[in-house]
Amino acid sequence: MPELIVYGIVLGSIIALGAIGLTLVYGILRFANFAHGDLLTTGAYIALFLVTGLFPWLGIPDTTFGSLSFGWRMALAFPIAMVCVAMASILFDRILYRPLRKKRSGPVIMAMSALGASFIIRMIVLILWGADSLFYRPGVLRPAIELPLEIKIRPDQILILLTVLSLVVILYLFLQRTKMGKAMRATADNIELARVSGIDTERVIIWTWGIGGALAAAGGVLYGIDVQLHPYMGWNFLLPLFAATILGGIGNMYGALIGGLIMGVAQQVSTAYLLPTYKPAIAFIVMILILLFRPRGIFGGRRA
Amino acid sequence: MMVLEVRNLTSGYGETDILQDVSMKLDENEIVSIIGPNGAGKSTLLKTIFGILKPRQGFVRLQDEEITGLSPDRIVRKGMSYVPQVDNVFPSLTIQENLEMGAFVRTDDYRDRLQEMYDLFPLLKDRRNQKVGNLSGGQRQMVAMGRALMLDPKVLLLDEPSASLAPMLVEMIFEKIVDINKTGVAIVVVEQNARETLKISNRGCVLSMGRKVFEDTGKAILENEEVGKLYLGG
Amino acid sequence: MEIWGVIAYLVSWAIMAGIFAVFALGLNIQWGYTGLFNIGIAGFFCIGAYTSALITTAKPTGVYAEYVQQIFGLDLPFILGVLGAALVCGFIAYLIGYPTLRLREDYLAIATIGIAETFRLFFNNEHWLANGPRGLMGLPQPLQGLVDPRHYNYIYLIIVLAIMVVIYLSIERAIRSPWGRVLRAIREDEVASAMSGKDIFKFKMQSLIFGSMIMGVGGALYAHYTKAISPDVFTPLLGTFIIWVMLMAGGSGNNKGAILGAFVIWFIWAIGTNFLTDLLPYTLKARAPYIRFLIIGILLEIILIYRPQGLMGEEKRVSKMID
Repeated sequence: MPELIVYGIVLGSIIALGAIGLTLVYGILRFANFAHGDLLTTGAYIALFLVTGLFPWLGIPDTTFGSLSFGWRMALAFPIAMVCVAMASILFDRILYRPLRKKRSGPVIMAMSALGASFIIRMIVLILWGADSLFYRPGVLRPAIELPLEIKIRPDQILILLTVLSLVVILYLFLQRTKMGKAMRATADNIELARVSGIDTERVIIWTWGIGGALAAAGGVLYGIDVQLHPYMGWNFLLPLFAATILGGIGNMYGALIGGLIMGVAQQVSTAYLLPTYKPAIAFIVMILILLFRPRGIFGGRRA
Repeated sequence: MMVLEVRNLTSGYGETDILQDVSMKLDENEIVSIIGPNGAGKSTLLKTIFGILKPRQGFVRLQDEEITGLSPDRIVRKGMSYVPQVDNVFPSLTIQENLEMGAFVRTDDYRDRLQEMYDLFPLLKDRRNQKVGNLSGGQRQMVAMGRALMLDPKVLLLDEPSASLAPMLVEMIFEKIVDINKTGVAIVVVEQNARETLKISNRGCVLSMGRKVFEDTGKAILENEEVGKLYLGG
Repeated sequence: MEIWGVIAYLVSWAIMAGIFAVFALGLNIQWGYTGLFNIGIAGFFCIGAYTSALITTAKPTGVYAEYVQQIFGLDLPFILGVLGAALVCGFIAYLIGYPTLRLREDYLAIATIGIAETFRLFFNNEHWLANGPRGLMGLPQPLQGLVDPRHYNYIYLIIVLAIMVVIYLSIERAIRSPWGRVLRAIREDEVASAMSGKDIFKFKMQSLIFGSMIMGVGGALYAHYTKAISPDVFTPLLGTFIIWVMLMAGGSGNNKGAILGAFVIWFIWAIGTNFLTDLLPYTLKARAPYIRFLIIGILLEIILIYRPQGLMGEEKRVSKMID
């Protein structure tokens, strides 16, 4: 059981990255971004292209860092993938969602548009890479470190936790200390007042998509490092992402972080009693319970 | 010198026109109050002046520049600020951050201005790192006004500043409005609380059913029994 | 191509288009007329198909039972399978609607995705239910013995189109009734409708149930056409998304539009199969289905931005009084 909890925290931290991005978008733009899971997928596959395609061609060496399963290629691919997906998110907004915003389309039409975008992304991945599961580094042995309580954890997973922690701290500093960060929080509070105060809300929206996309990409790459890549990886995260976001309170970044961790642990612990394939059902049940009994989430966010 | 001129303004929401052919003006350093019964179009007037609503007819000029139909974030850069009646602060931000957001479009060092706000509203200074959502109604209203003043506007539009405030606080808010005015800001105040507002106003406009039905100096309206009975609840 | 080959192809194409039209009609009640964002159509598709399959096949005995497990098998005729599918779907809709219909529309959407996924997982994992991932095969077809199996599809086409027309007419009647007008009022302005004293929840529930029953019929029709079903058929893609595109393309709020959208989108899909696969270089041929879906996805986005009302737009006059 302790091992399940530890792995649940690792998985949960990945969910948290996606949930934070989702809650930012949901909080500021007020629509359910059904394509958010597929932003994870996009990040993972862009990193795959870099690590197994472009970088070998460029001659970047393949040696790994100590007992981690990756080396310089991934270290470079990680930030590049984040930037690429940030830009892709902004592009999607420009092409798909902004025209609908200008027409004052309702949240359902916007969500439908996002749903369409998620299918488009998935089909592109399927066209380019096919339906099989892929790995950043196939056939690698994954040695584990033993911790007290008979918990085994891989060095990769420790790094995942550290990476998520760093990203969260950086985001915190950004939101609390920078002008744009404060403007984002203000816009999430009250978009009308933000406009009335002269805040450039279009720019805030661009930053929101960028950050949301970058965090999702990070989550996707980390998941790919830990487990595997396949075209439906992001879509399969959608229910846990939404559950985590709603659990933490819409628009509440810290709530999304905790919500992600809770979802990760809940899903892992459930495998002690149910088949692992039922994990999405757990996410779904948690979400329904929250929506019914505490729609503002544990920590209070926007009304649900 | 006239800082704000509104002429023949007609506007509303959707198909209906709430405001019908309203004209008014505001001179430098004046306080003008807009009063009248509920639904008369007082808030609609402010929203149309500030660009939240587009008028179907008429124009708005700010310091001789036509601003009719401009969006609020353009108007705010031209020297006019607006404080809505509700949802007029950023609750999850601190007092200081709310003021900083008010200064968003400023590219200069506005620390002096920040200090001026704290001088104007000393109660806020001690709590400047508290989240505004946790403050009382009166304190929030001060933050709302402070936010709007960070840009050094020439004209300030206030929508029912005393709404839902306890009577003691109402008095304080009106004192603050006078203080703000003394620093050189011309103010248009929309209010339900007609008597208190008129006491501090240079002039007052009475709106009813979307039209301006009366206009005079604040003192004169207060002493006018007929207007008092018809529109000010006696 | 030989003429009979073409006609046979067209007939199978029309059968699928007709089945999808039934789904689109069901969705139109929920979304077009009531504004319910149901992205869990695949769930009702799945349940309708499986219910009809279980009702119309016999529980396997003897040696056969070692290969196929199912929870029950009633060996009843097709028409009862279809009815059973409709009733079970309606009942499930009632159970689902209870906790979820009070949610805001986009939360309802997430809930419906979850429900559809959960059902699919359930059918996939619980072998005792309906044979798990291997699914059920050898489903009977109505009026099977009447003609040479090579010509059977003509009969099935007539059955599908007949059912589609019956459903269309029933919906048109229902929409023009006072009940239908309340639904549309709810979609236009829920707050105002609530204030006029209508029990919003009851109407939404009825709409959900009615639409889901129709989707159940669609599921049954599909099962008896393909004669074999398994959980991986009812994917979000083919089981839900394409139906949404069909409805948006044809015109939500318009039953003729729903039918038109189904046929048009399925036409594009079919053209895609033929011409696209021929055009593609050998290495990409396996990816053809994905390219087809990509085109459908892009089509939806274009529709949403440039013509959200679809080909036919919403029906303007929907009252017996006005007609």
